[in-house]
Amino acid sequence: MSILKCVNLSKNYGRHAALSSLDLELPEGKIVGLLGPNGSGKTTLIKLIAGLLTPTCGQLLVCGQPVSVATNSLISYLPERTYLNDWMTVIDILLFFNSFYDDFDMKKATDMLTSLGIKPHDKLKAMSKGTKEKLQLILVMSRKARLYLLDEPIGGVDPAARDYILSTIISSYADNATVLISTHLIGDVEKILDQVIFLQNGVIKLNSDVDTIREEHGKSVDSLFREVFRC
Amino acid sequence: MPWKFDDSRPVYLQIMDEVKQRVLTGVYKPGDKLPSVRELALEAAVNPNTMQKALSTLESENFIHSERTSGRFVTDDMTLITALRKEQAESIADEMLSRLKATGMQNDEILMLIKAKLGE
Repeated sequence: MSILKCVNLSKNYGRHAALSSLDLELPEGKIVGLLGPNGSGKTTLIKLIAGLLTPTCGQLLVCGQPVSVATNSLISYLPERTYLNDWMTVIDILLFFNSFYDDFDMKKATDMLTSLGIKPHDKLKAMSKGTKEKLQLILVMSRKARLYLLDEPIGGVDPAARDYILSTIISSYADNATVLISTHLIGDVEKILDQVIFLQNGVIKLNSDVDTIREEHGKSVDSLFREVFRC
Repeated sequence: MPWKFDDSRPVYLQIMDEVKQRVLTGVYKPGDKLPSVRELALEAAVNPNTMQKALSTLESENFIHSERTSGRFVTDDMTLITALRKEQAESIADEMLSRLKATGMQNDEILMLIKAKLGE
């Protein structure tokens, strides 16, 4: 069964078309990169899937069901900007997630945080940007979801933190789940991706296996991206 | 330490090379059990599907074999390992020779040079 299916999906903001007649199907068990320049529609697509925006027209199915409260329980979403409050401590946030999501694995989250030296009474306010991002990724990946939507999970963190985040993604997702990652930092995520989607002005420019790109073009996804989107 | 990959070739082919290299250098010994796909994927910092593809391809080359419940094992077929070693050595020798010739050296000079190096 496909985890995500978009048929003729469009989203307009006023007269501006952010996504135009998008057709896309993602199977289970894949890590998929959603790549494209600024303003290409990546975040719009993710927000549509997460049910935060309504499509102008077209169909959007998650595990065969139209986007709704029911599909939200199948989706674990890491937004570009945090929705957690600064005054919260780690334990506040853990309890918040635990009461909010049935599929939240408290032990897994606690173990990962402990291994990073993040303590239960640490306040969000006192954390560095890198630590905050790691914390939020751990929360999102500690749910047993079918579809993980990660909007720029490694933006603004140092290379060592990026490696940590990528290995957390690899080790956390189950075989029946799919991960959709939007990012600009292609070189860093490339080796964990199965498939990439290039978006440009709300249209899919390329949808291909990473291995196929390397075989056909003899170059990395990063180099191909620079070529396709040369300014 | 994530494994190093270059940009020009599919990652699964590069993983296959790395596993073969590890067998040649004795990191994995003939007949050894390999770590699980997930462990290897984490170590290499690659997608588990990519690691799976690399291992399945090695399996189709009979370089490793899987036993239904107990995991994947490196071949203990020494002729296969010897053949791989020979193949690799030949391609290194070809490359070395073409680079030596590019310096303008003649065959007898190259031979003397190599003998001298081996005698060291």
